[in-house]
Amino acid sequence: MIEEKFDAIVVGAGMSGNAAAYTLASRGLKVLQLERGEYAGSKNVQGAIMYASMLEKIIPDFREDAPLERHLVEQRFWMMDDTSHTGMHYRSDDFNEERPNRYTIIRAQFDKWFSRKVKQAGATVLCETTVTELIRNTEGRVIGVKVDRAGGAIFADVVVLAEGVNGLLGTRAGFRETPKAESVALAVKEMHFLPEEVIAQRFGLSGNEGCVIEAAGTFSQGMTGLAFLYTNRESISIGVGCLVSDYARTMESPYALLEQFKNHPSVRPLLKDTEVKEYAAHLIPEGGYKAIPQLYGDGWVVVGDAAQLNNAVHREGSNLAMTSGRIAAEAIFQVKSRRDPMTAENLRLYKTMLDESFVIKDLKKHKDMPALLHTNSQNFFMTYPQLMSAAAQNFVRVDGTPKIEKEKATLSSIVKARSRFGMVSDAVRLAFAWR
Amino acid sequence: MHIIVCIKQVPDSAQIRVHPVTNTIMRQGVPTIINPYDLFSLEEALRLRDQHGGEVTVITMGPPMAEDALRKALTFGADRGVLLTDRYFAGSDTLATSFALASAIEKIGQLYGRPDIVFAGKQTIDGDTAQVGPGIAKRLDLLQLTYVAKVSAADPGKSEITVERRAEGGTQILKTRLPCLITMLEGSNEMRRGTMPDALRAARAEIVTWSAADAGIEDLTKCGLRGSPTVVKHVFAPSARQDKATMVGEAGDLPRDLADKLLDDVFTRQPAILIAMSALSSL
Repeated sequence: MIEEKFDAIVVGAGMSGNAAAYTLASRGLKVLQLERGEYAGSKNVQGAIMYASMLEKIIPDFREDAPLERHLVEQRFWMMDDTSHTGMHYRSDDFNEERPNRYTIIRAQFDKWFSRKVKQAGATVLCETTVTELIRNTEGRVIGVKVDRAGGAIFADVVVLAEGVNGLLGTRAGFRETPKAESVALAVKEMHFLPEEVIAQRFGLSGNEGCVIEAAGTFSQGMTGLAFLYTNRESISIGVGCLVSDYARTMESPYALLEQFKNHPSVRPLLKDTEVKEYAAHLIPEGGYKAIPQLYGDGWVVVGDAAQLNNAVHREGSNLAMTSGRIAAEAIFQVKSRRDPMTAENLRLYKTMLDESFVIKDLKKHKDMPALLHTNSQNFFMTYPQLMSAAAQNFVRVDGTPKIEKEKATLSSIVKARSRFGMVSDAVRLAFAWR
Repeated sequence: MHIIVCIKQVPDSAQIRVHPVTNTIMRQGVPTIINPYDLFSLEEALRLRDQHGGEVTVITMGPPMAEDALRKALTFGADRGVLLTDRYFAGSDTLATSFALASAIEKIGQLYGRPDIVFAGKQTIDGDTAQVGPGIAKRLDLLQLTYVAKVSAADPGKSEITVERRAEGGTQILKTRLPCLITMLEGSNEMRRGTMPDALRAARAEIVTWSAADAGIEDLTKCGLRGSPTVVKHVFAPSARQDKATMVGEAGDLPRDLADKLLDDVFTRQPAILIAMSALSSL
C-alpha cells in the first residue's frame, strides 16, 4: 500500500501523455506517469510526421536535442490506378527555414527523448506497469488507479487518460464506447533501411531535406484508405491504412494491400534494394468530430487518440494529441492553482479551452467528411482514380486521334462511369464536407 | 545478510544483427537488457534476503547508460544500485573487469557492510566467458560455488550455506562457510515481478555512481584496455558448409535396401565409424 498521493496520474507515455505529464510537472505538480511498454515509445506506432509548432508550445527549444529525421520540403499527392499515378507535387525552398514546420521522426527514438524531458521536468515515470482499473470513491469520482503489480493501488487528485486509441480503461469505466469499426483505420507500415545518399538521390533531396508521398487509389480495392511513404534519415517508412469495417466487408488483409502498393510500378523503384528493418501495425481514430467521446468527468480527463482526436482528412494526429495533452494539463493546473477540487464541473475548463483551439475547430470543420468518404469509398478510391488516370493518359498520349475526339472520349467515359448527376452530387457533397 | 549481485547490461541478442560486410555486431539501436543469466542470481539473492533479512546491493560496470540495468534491478526489489563507470574501464577484458568489480565490492563492504554472499551470473550472453565471477572470487579470496541449481539452506547465524551444484555425471550437495561467491544455473528460479512500491522506489532512486577513484582503485594500469592482456585478433562469420545433400537410392526402393545403401555410403565416407563399430561389437 502506497500512502503517497500524487497531484496527477498520467496513464500512457505517447504524444498526449508525454505532453500532459511534461506540462504538469514543469508547472510544479507532483506527477506519476504509468506506461505499459518497456520504455516510452516501445509500443507507440506512427507514420510518422511531427508538427513543430505544437511541440514548440510545450518544449520551445526541442530542436536542440530531439531526435528529428528530416524536415519536409516536398509533398506529393498521388491518385493511383494499377499502372499509373497522377500526382500533384508541392515543393518549396521556403521550408528550408531556420525553424522548419514539419519533420519526419521515428517514434521509438522520439518518445524516449520526450520521456527523458518529462523526467527532467520532475515527473516520476514508471514503465512496464499497466493500469488495470480506475479507483472511484462512493460518489463515483476517480481518485486513483490500480496497476498490475502487487501493492498497486495509487492515488491522485486527477487521472489523465492518455491510453491510446483502444483505451480499455475509459471503456471499462463507461466513459466511452469501444471505437466502432467504421471509425477506426488499421494501418500497417514497414521501415526500409536505405543509405542516406541513396535517399537523397532517389527523392532529389539534399542535407536533411525530406519528402512525403501520400496516395489513394485502386490499391485499396475500393476501400476508404490511404498509403504513405515518408523519408527518414536512413530509412523509409511506408504503409497503408484502411477502415476496419472495410477490411471486414472485403476480407482483404492489410499486408496484401501494402504489398500491392509496394509493387506498384510507381513505388517499386523507390524501394529498390531496400532491407525491411521492422514492421508495425496500429489503429488510427478516423471518426472525426462525431466520434469524440465525453472528454472530462469527476477526477478524470481524456486526451489524444483515447479521445479519438485525429484529423483524418489532413492526416494529423500527433499534433492534436500533443495539444490536447498540453491543454488538459493547463486546465488542471488552473483548477489546482485556484485550490478547487478536480470535479467534472471544474475540469470542464479543459473542454472549453480545447473547443477554442485548432483541435476541435478543425475536426468540426470536417465533421461530415468521414461519413462521406466511407459511404462513397468505391467512387473516391476506385472509380475516380481510374478515370483520372485514363484522362491523363489520353491527354499525354499522342497517336493521331484528333484532340476534340480525345476530349469527348474522356468526358463520356467519366459520365458513363459516374453519371452527370453522380459527379455533381459527389462534388457538392465533397465541397460541403470540406467547408 | 548483505548480498552483492554483479550484473551486466548486454545487447538483447535476440534482436542483434551482424553487419554483412564487416562481420561486426551492429550494436546501434539494439535494445539492452540485463544479462539473462544474472537474473537467476539476482532472484536467488532477493529470496535469501526475504528469508533472512538484510540488503541486496546490485553492482555493474559499464557506460553511464548501464544505470538503466541497475534501475531495473531495483524494480525487481534490490535495495541499492552501484554503477562503476569511468573511461579508464573502457576495453576491459575479464581480468580487468574482475579487478575493477572486486575493488568496488571491497569498497561496498567498507561502506555498506561486509557481504555474506556475492552473486554473479554464470556467464554473459555477449562474452560467454564465464570468467568474471570466478575471477572476483579469486581476487577477494572467496569460496566459490559455480553452476548452482539450488540453494538448499542458508544459515547466516552459523555462517553456512548448502547448495546443489550441477556437475558432470550428477549433482553435488555442497556445504561451505560464508562469505562465498555463487553463480546460479539458468532455470534455477523465476524472476519475480517487482511490487508497485519497489517500482516506484526504483523510478526515483539515486544510483550510486563511482569512478575508478571512488571505488578505491589506485592502480589504473590494471583497468580497461591497459589491464587487459586478451586481444581480439580477428572476427569472422562462420562460412557456410560446402557439402551438399546427396540423394541415396531411387524412388521405389525398399526401405531395407535404402538403409543398406545409406550405411554403405556413410561407412565409405567415414571409415573410422566402421572400425569403431567393429571394435565395439568384438568386445
